[in-house]
Amino acid sequence: MMNSDSNACRTSGIALRVEQVCFSYERTAALDHLSLQLAAGGFLALLGPNGAGKSTLMALLTGLLRPASGRLEIFGYDLSRQPSLAMRQLGVVFQQPTLDLDLSVEQNLRYHCALQGLSPGAAKLAISEQLQRFALDDCRQRRVRSLNGGHRRRVELARALLHSPRLLLLDEPSVGLDIQSRRELNEHVRALCLQSGVAVLWTTHLLDELLPQDQLLVLHKGRAQAQGRVAELLLQHHSDNLNGLFNKLTEAA
Amino acid sequence: MKLSQYGYCFHGILYRELLRFVQQRSRFLSSLVRPLLWLMVFAAGFRAVLGVAIIPPYETYITYEVYITPGLLGIILLFNGMQGSLSMVYDREMGSMRVLLTSPLPRAFVLVSKLLALSLVSLFQVAAFLLVAWFFEIRPPLSGYLTLIPAALLAAFMLAAMGLLLSSLIRQLENFAGVMNFVVFPLFFLSSALYPLWKLRESSEWLYTISAINPFTHAVELMRFALYGQLNLTSLCVCLGLTLVITFAAVRGFNPRRGLQQVKAGA
Repeated sequence: MMNSDSNACRTSGIALRVEQVCFSYERTAALDHLSLQLAAGGFLALLGPNGAGKSTLMALLTGLLRPASGRLEIFGYDLSRQPSLAMRQLGVVFQQPTLDLDLSVEQNLRYHCALQGLSPGAAKLAISEQLQRFALDDCRQRRVRSLNGGHRRRVELARALLHSPRLLLLDEPSVGLDIQSRRELNEHVRALCLQSGVAVLWTTHLLDELLPQDQLLVLHKGRAQAQGRVAELLLQHHSDNLNGLFNKLTEAA
Repeated sequence: MKLSQYGYCFHGILYRELLRFVQQRSRFLSSLVRPLLWLMVFAAGFRAVLGVAIIPPYETYITYEVYITPGLLGIILLFNGMQGSLSMVYDREMGSMRVLLTSPLPRAFVLVSKLLALSLVSLFQVAAFLLVAWFFEIRPPLSGYLTLIPAALLAAFMLAAMGLLLSSLIRQLENFAGVMNFVVFPLFFLSSALYPLWKLRESSEWLYTISAINPFTHAVELMRFALYGQLNLTSLCVCLGLTLVITFAAVRGFNPRRGLQQVKAGA
């Protein structure tokens, strides 16, 4: 334990480290020696067309799949060797809706707190805090079924933060939202990064969700095609807009 | 991980199952209708055909309805176990299984908690069935209801674990018709649920042998004896042993990857 703790301290500047990770379904390679790093409190956008391997990476990071080779570390904790410590640092918003539609918002959030091992008292506090943060106070007793898509996503975001994770994974969280809800979600997450120092890995295939100063990784056919700040990548590849850059990078391979 | 955290986690999983159970009243009713129909229609027809001798744990001649009651409890638990396992597959696709797996607590603990929660909820259905059965003159001793609780819980857990194991092992069973044809019906009909084993032996020795080693037979016999305040030691040992082995295999073999691949294939 001592050893792993000191190890964690040493690398606590890195929220997420993916090292040479490979994974394949049956015969098709979904991830091919993928490596990436995300600093504590940082924001990394993972951009790629459908089938690029984004969901596979998310499944690996949430323990649904195991990598064929390579290492996954969350704040220095190896996901396969110290899953409990690693998972504790992690909050997730899945691509598919995962709320229980017939239960109330509060019941859904309570369930999540219990899964995280929070005491009922701590859960109550955490729930109030997150609901307030996302302006969901009025929805507390409402059934999830009666909420619109934007609100449901906000509840999922609130849920992902209940146990104060230091790394937040968002797997195409804006899918199925209208333009305004998408913008709001984007703003929420960025504010979170700035205010609470939570590191965020955001996967998307929508270019307009990115800002010039964002760290970006373009994923294509399981490989990292480019990595760096959006503005710098544009310069590097002599593109004046993201669309052109994206097409260039994903058509080249 | 502190012990209390395990407690909170289990409580949360159980509470969610209870909430879902309360919300799905129609499912509750339909799962009661099946064994009740059996009790009223099937038993009435068969009463004349089958003569039931005095066999333990019964002390007098009994009607056929009395005989098949533990078997019908078994079918409730069997259905729930299979349905529970299927809903875990379904859950996987829908994502709430993914939420379950984000728990930092050990996966084995989370899965066993889920199975136990499903089993405890099944006991409500058992109680409801026995209540209705009471009006049909099926009246075991009151203390029998108490001794039934642990027996039914063990049986429920064993069958739920079996369902989980099946859902990881056999992909083709991911629709209910498949489970009914290849698991539920054989387990049910080749057991002591509908007719005593000695009766089965009269017609076929190998049918008897299959039924005698059928785990479902032992689940039913354990409950049958418990309902009359008696212990069937053989059945208890079989159920306990099998529960341990099956649970171990189900947790080890639990492979959520299968679910994801299906989503991929379906997408």
